[in-house]
Amino acid sequence: MAEKKSWLPRWFYQLASPRWCYEFMGRLLPWFGAGALLLLVAGTVWSLLYAPADYQQGNSFRIIYIHVPAAILAQSCYMLMAVAGAIGLIWKMKVADMVAKSCAPIGATIAVLALATGAIWGKPTWGAWWVWDARLTSMLVLLFLYLGVIALHSAMESDATASQATSVLALVGLVNIPIIKYSVEWWNTLHQPATFTLTEKPAMPTEMWLPLLVMVIGFYCFFAVSLMLRVRNEILRRERRASWVRTLLDKV
Amino acid sequence: MNQPVSNAGVRPVNPGMAGLFWAVMKRDLMLAFRRRSDLLNPLIFFLMVASLFPLGISPEPTFLEQIAPGVVWVGALLATLLSMDSLFRSDFDDGTLEQTLLSPQPLFLVVLAKVLAHWAMTGLPLTLMAPLLGVMLFLPSEGMTGLMLSLLLGTPTLSLVGAIGAALTVGLRKGGVLISLLVLPLYIPVLIFGAGAVQAAVTGLPLGGYLSLLGAMLALGVALAPLAIAAALRISVSG
Repeated sequence: MAEKKSWLPRWFYQLASPRWCYEFMGRLLPWFGAGALLLLVAGTVWSLLYAPADYQQGNSFRIIYIHVPAAILAQSCYMLMAVAGAIGLIWKMKVADMVAKSCAPIGATIAVLALATGAIWGKPTWGAWWVWDARLTSMLVLLFLYLGVIALHSAMESDATASQATSVLALVGLVNIPIIKYSVEWWNTLHQPATFTLTEKPAMPTEMWLPLLVMVIGFYCFFAVSLMLRVRNEILRRERRASWVRTLLDKV
Repeated sequence: MNQPVSNAGVRPVNPGMAGLFWAVMKRDLMLAFRRRSDLLNPLIFFLMVASLFPLGISPEPTFLEQIAPGVVWVGALLATLLSMDSLFRSDFDDGTLEQTLLSPQPLFLVVLAKVLAHWAMTGLPLTLMAPLLGVMLFLPSEGMTGLMLSLLLGTPTLSLVGAIGAALTVGLRKGGVLISLLVLPLYIPVLIFGAGAVQAAVTGLPLGGYLSLLGAMLALGVALAPLAIAAALRISVSG
């Protein structure tokens, strides 16, 4: 075939090779692992011991350092899943399918973490474990979307079909997320005035948001580590008949 | 004797876009009319679900009139969902779906016609039946217009979105429960604005905003959902 100048960079095509990805992720893993460990430990110690207590909520606000990173990550994880699914659908990249598949359980877990920490935080602040607040509800719906993707994937026998089908579902969900988000927000404000306004978020002082930033980056690094571990496992499982996997396994 | 079979003399029929659309719709409507029990089941389900609420919660008229908009809407939503599984099932089982995918006609239109026919068989009767349920649940008469209009604009969206789930699960033997898991989260905006419109009508607030939003979602659904349905059908049939 005649060489055609492609507008996509070379590394994009390299991503299509499971073997290249496996080795590349193997090289990245220690860095992200060290980063996640360092940032999470430092961030936790900093936020729990040294950050100042909130003037209204006291020490109970400190759960924000788990809650907010989890909530942000749960949303970005869905984005990543949908984008990886789209790449898998368009360029038929096996690795993109594997990334999309690996995102779903991690994202669902993190969404549960965000909901659980939210409930624990809500009890002392609002006096209830759960309120039908717009943001809580949209996070719950996000969890439902993840669960739907997981259920669909596990219902299909062929890996290739399951990946394509879940990618379509993830993309449909991606179109719907903004609609769901705004509808839930309007629903809440239309129905009744908020009875629980979370003390109008004070412009956070630096010593409060800096540890939060550390925690967010730490969560992302942790996410990268667990995603890469899952994708590497998935590569080995699906490519188990390839010769390079055989030689790799013989060495172990 | 043994003449080679050739279709060179057969003139290809080109029905045109509108012709194709009507042909598919007519076929689906005819098939639906020949299996009347399938047609009635969602309606009976709708009626039964609505009658469960007074039994399960409270028969007090003042209380029921408060929950009526939501109950009727949730009932309509579940009834639509229940009927979704059959949308592509029989076509998939007898191979018609495969032939449709192989045909050179634009799948977008075929799918849209099928969904419209399905809506005419479920969403439209549900809309027409809704006032009966409204009366059963003591919905104030001011709310009836809001109920009918919101269902008229909302149920086609439900059919379109549900068809995505139906298309994704048509190849699976046990698709029924799975469809609900996939589709219910996507139904939430329609439910919110649909029930909101009825609530607004009851309290005498203007309906325009809710109906515009329902219309906007319908427009978005008509433009985008057939693409997703077509892609999902191709995946389900090839897998």
